[in-house]
Amino acid sequence: MLTNLDRLEAESIHIFREAVSESERPVMMYSIGKDSSVMLHLALKAFAPSKPPFPLLHVDTTWKFRAMYEFRDRTVAEHGLELLVHQNPECIELGINPFDHGSSVHTDMWKTEGLKQALDTYRFDLAFGGARRDEERSRAKERVFSIRSAQHRWDPKAQRPELWRLYNAKKGVGESVRAFPLSNWTELDIWHYIRRERIPIVPLYLAAERPVVDRDGMLILVDDDRLPLADGEVPQLRKVRFRTLGCYPLTGAVESTADSIDAIVAEILLATSSERQGRAIDHDSSGSMEKKKQEGYF
Amino acid sequence: MSATTAATDVEAYLDAHERKTLLRFITCGSVDDGKSTLIGRLLYESKLVFEDHMAALEADSRVHGTQGEELDLALLVDGLAAEREQGITIDVAYRFFTTERRTFIVADTPGHEQYTRNMVTGASTADMAVILVDARKGVLTQTKRHSFLVSLLGIRDVVLAVNKLDLVGYDRAVFDSIEREYREFATGLGVTSITAIPLSALAGDNIVALSPNTPWYVGPTLLDHLETVVVDDGAVDRPFRMPVQWVNRPDLDFRGYSGTVVGGVVRPGDEVQVLPIGSTARVQRIVSFDGDLDQAEPGQAVTLTLDVDVDVSRGDLLSSALEPAGVADQFEAHIVWMSDTPLLPGRPYGIKMGARSAVTTVTNIKHRINVNTLERSAATKLVVNEIGVCTISVDRPLPFDAYADNRDTGGFLIIDRLTNVTVGVGLVDFALRRSENVHWQSVDVDKPAHAVLKGHQPCVVWFTGLSGAGKSTTANAVERQLHALGCHTILLDGDNVRHGLNRDLGFTEADRVENIRRVAEVAKLMVDAGLIVLVSFISPFRSERRIARDLVAPGEFCEVFVDTPLAVAEERDVKGLYRKARDGQLPNFTGVDSPYEVPEHPEVHIETSGQSIDDGVRLVVEQLRRQGVLA
Ligand SMILES: Nc1nc2c(ncn2[C@@H]2O[C@H](COP(=O)(O)OP(=O)(O)O)[C@@H](O)[C@H]2O)c(=O)[nH]1
Repeated sequence: MLTNLDRLEAESIHIFREAVSESERPVMMYSIGKDSSVMLHLALKAFAPSKPPFPLLHVDTTWKFRAMYEFRDRTVAEHGLELLVHQNPECIELGINPFDHGSSVHTDMWKTEGLKQALDTYRFDLAFGGARRDEERSRAKERVFSIRSAQHRWDPKAQRPELWRLYNAKKGVGESVRAFPLSNWTELDIWHYIRRERIPIVPLYLAAERPVVDRDGMLILVDDDRLPLADGEVPQLRKVRFRTLGCYPLTGAVESTADSIDAIVAEILLATSSERQGRAIDHDSSGSMEKKKQEGYF
Repeated sequence: MSATTAATDVEAYLDAHERKTLLRFITCGSVDDGKSTLIGRLLYESKLVFEDHMAALEADSRVHGTQGEELDLALLVDGLAAEREQGITIDVAYRFFTTERRTFIVADTPGHEQYTRNMVTGASTADMAVILVDARKGVLTQTKRHSFLVSLLGIRDVVLAVNKLDLVGYDRAVFDSIEREYREFATGLGVTSITAIPLSALAGDNIVALSPNTPWYVGPTLLDHLETVVVDDGAVDRPFRMPVQWVNRPDLDFRGYSGTVVGGVVRPGDEVQVLPIGSTARVQRIVSFDGDLDQAEPGQAVTLTLDVDVDVSRGDLLSSALEPAGVADQFEAHIVWMSDTPLLPGRPYGIKMGARSAVTTVTNIKHRINVNTLERSAATKLVVNEIGVCTISVDRPLPFDAYADNRDTGGFLIIDRLTNVTVGVGLVDFALRRSENVHWQSVDVDKPAHAVLKGHQPCVVWFTGLSGAGKSTTANAVERQLHALGCHTILLDGDNVRHGLNRDLGFTEADRVENIRRVAEVAKLMVDAGLIVLVSFISPFRSERRIARDLVAPGEFCEVFVDTPLAVAEERDVKGLYRKARDGQLPNFTGVDSPYEVPEHPEVHIETSGQSIDDGVRLVVEQLRRQGVLA
């Protein structure tokens, strides 16, 4: 009898193989977080003994945690994978950052625009994303294979029905496909799987003493000297971990003593807040994720 | 307790969670039966509603809720912002929850217009179904419809959730009579396992704990049942099937076939047949990232290697050699239509079955099934949310099983070839014998032989445009010119063909498709005879012009768009047809109340307002030289 994790794993592998067979220039979006780590692990499984037949694309903002960059480069080297890093040149020129321009402009310019630029530059016709349906209510209806217009827009009214194990990845001129192999995984599944498969993840997920400042209830890690400190603001050492990883000035830590995968899974089994809570971007309004998606954020 | 035993306990606890199984189920109910409330309660009771989601729920309950100051659990399962604003959901949504014993994925399909389409989609991946009935209303037409669709999609296990029992005073007699009536009906549909449970989703009776309000009920609670039910779809005992998704070739020494096992168990040494070709080989290894496996069972995604070098590519079906799947190019199938553009027999569609893509046409709609009454009626097309039993013909042989034997090798998608949208799905009933018996006659005097004798290549010159655009005039002039050049030609004119060959056809969309199909086939025969065939038909639909183009070889088709603005054609109104159409005497008249789809890439584009007839003729003849039809 296959377990829940066995079934999810097999489904994801099936999706990877189908997507690669039905596209000409696939790419995997790699954001260095735990979902990306799981997605990469599944890609390695799907095509073994071959290497995954696509490069990884990191749409970088230059504001990720230092530990993430280290982890990224180590992972890519270890598996001998091709990594493409794209940084929106316009953002570099304008020096877009979360402090002067706000989280929403920052994310929109670096990530949303950056992603579109990268996809256009390399002419990828299919991109794997690590989104899950359980992350947010609007995601519950997103398809596994989702068509984007030539302008990268998503039309929630024109979604294709998906039945059985059959996926329709056909697209018109200029259109592209987003494929989400982790659609049916929950946060808990992800952690159970990391535990079962011993998948390496960025150490920031595990609790440790770290220098943080408290900003309106969000614990922000002082990851480098770019973080402006208010007068008299002094970083404090606290035992914290991250439930989600993004740009360090926008990602809140939670106080925790969970310093092993086992401890994290146990903590989540008894958790009282969902992972997105730590991300500043979702706080505006409850339909905001969906707006982001229509604009091409994913 | 020492620190180490605590750690071991945690480990054991986590290990147990890791080994949980998954149950996928679909919930079906009419509007207001309490489906959202029920799912919301399951999520809530399984304690997997996070605090911040709860906060959002409390806020939402005040704005959109129907429960006054109380939490409205139904709002937990609501979705897209626009839909939330309107208080409705219009698609399939997937919900996730987990308990100590099992993990669940719920396909939630709301009871609105797109019901058939959404339910069929949700049921296609479900292991079982929960069918909701409002205790006050009992078994309704909708209940029967849900049960029919569930059974059509091959679900054999059903929970009959008799909800809102609080509103009938927890009356046992009400529950018993609903259960009795339902069993009688559903057994006839082939639903083999039915568990009826009396519930109140709102009050929480019999959801996680047996309720003191129903002391007469001795069965399991809903959650108990969901956590323990063993759904056996029999896949393990069926013959081995694996559609090949991807050929794995890291280097010259390794050649593996990757796919998901969808039937039976496979072990090294097993003999398999490669379909549709029919060659056989033995499985050598079952390769996985974690090392070779002794066996693979249904649902596992693996890579197989074979002992001999046979030709296998994506789309082939690896199949037990003892009990191989069938191979055919004509089928009878149930088709569920999902697009606002109707299914028309004769129109070519893409099809995807297993990992194989092909082109299909529906050759006949035997009957349509009314999902409410299960009555059959005749039909010439299927509109959105209709189900029909059809015969279909595919342009190449497909390996298959009957859907009843295997969902994965008997279910297919139907895809529009222009928009690439999934417009319907099919479930194979059986193969039609005919396909094994109709063979192509090969002929000795072939096309090149005809061409040598005639001094030019054959071709279809297809004139399309509005009525009164000038198609016939241009086509006539072109024919005169070609005749003068010594070419062998024939002119097929829409009006004339309608008097003879197509006398039985009218102007409905379906008849128009058939009209063009016949003419296209006739043109193809004449091309085989070596002629230059001039066809002058309004032919308003791209997909039909595409059929005509696809019937002949590349380079043998020249599409001529005779482009006259509607206002000009209507102004001319040589045959007085526009006036009649505007008066409502000619329904479905192109340009008036039926669309004309402008050609996207015609070989020749004649704008009659700026060009003379002779200009048009010159353009066509030049193009025919470019295509190599004329020397
Ligand atoms: N009295 C009572 N009302 C219920 C019960 N279940 C649902 N309702 C109410 O029925 C209405 C429709 O419920 P909802 O879950 O939105 O129905 P849906 O359209 O099937 O999703 C709401 O006002 C619910 O509060 C029940 O068991 N007892």
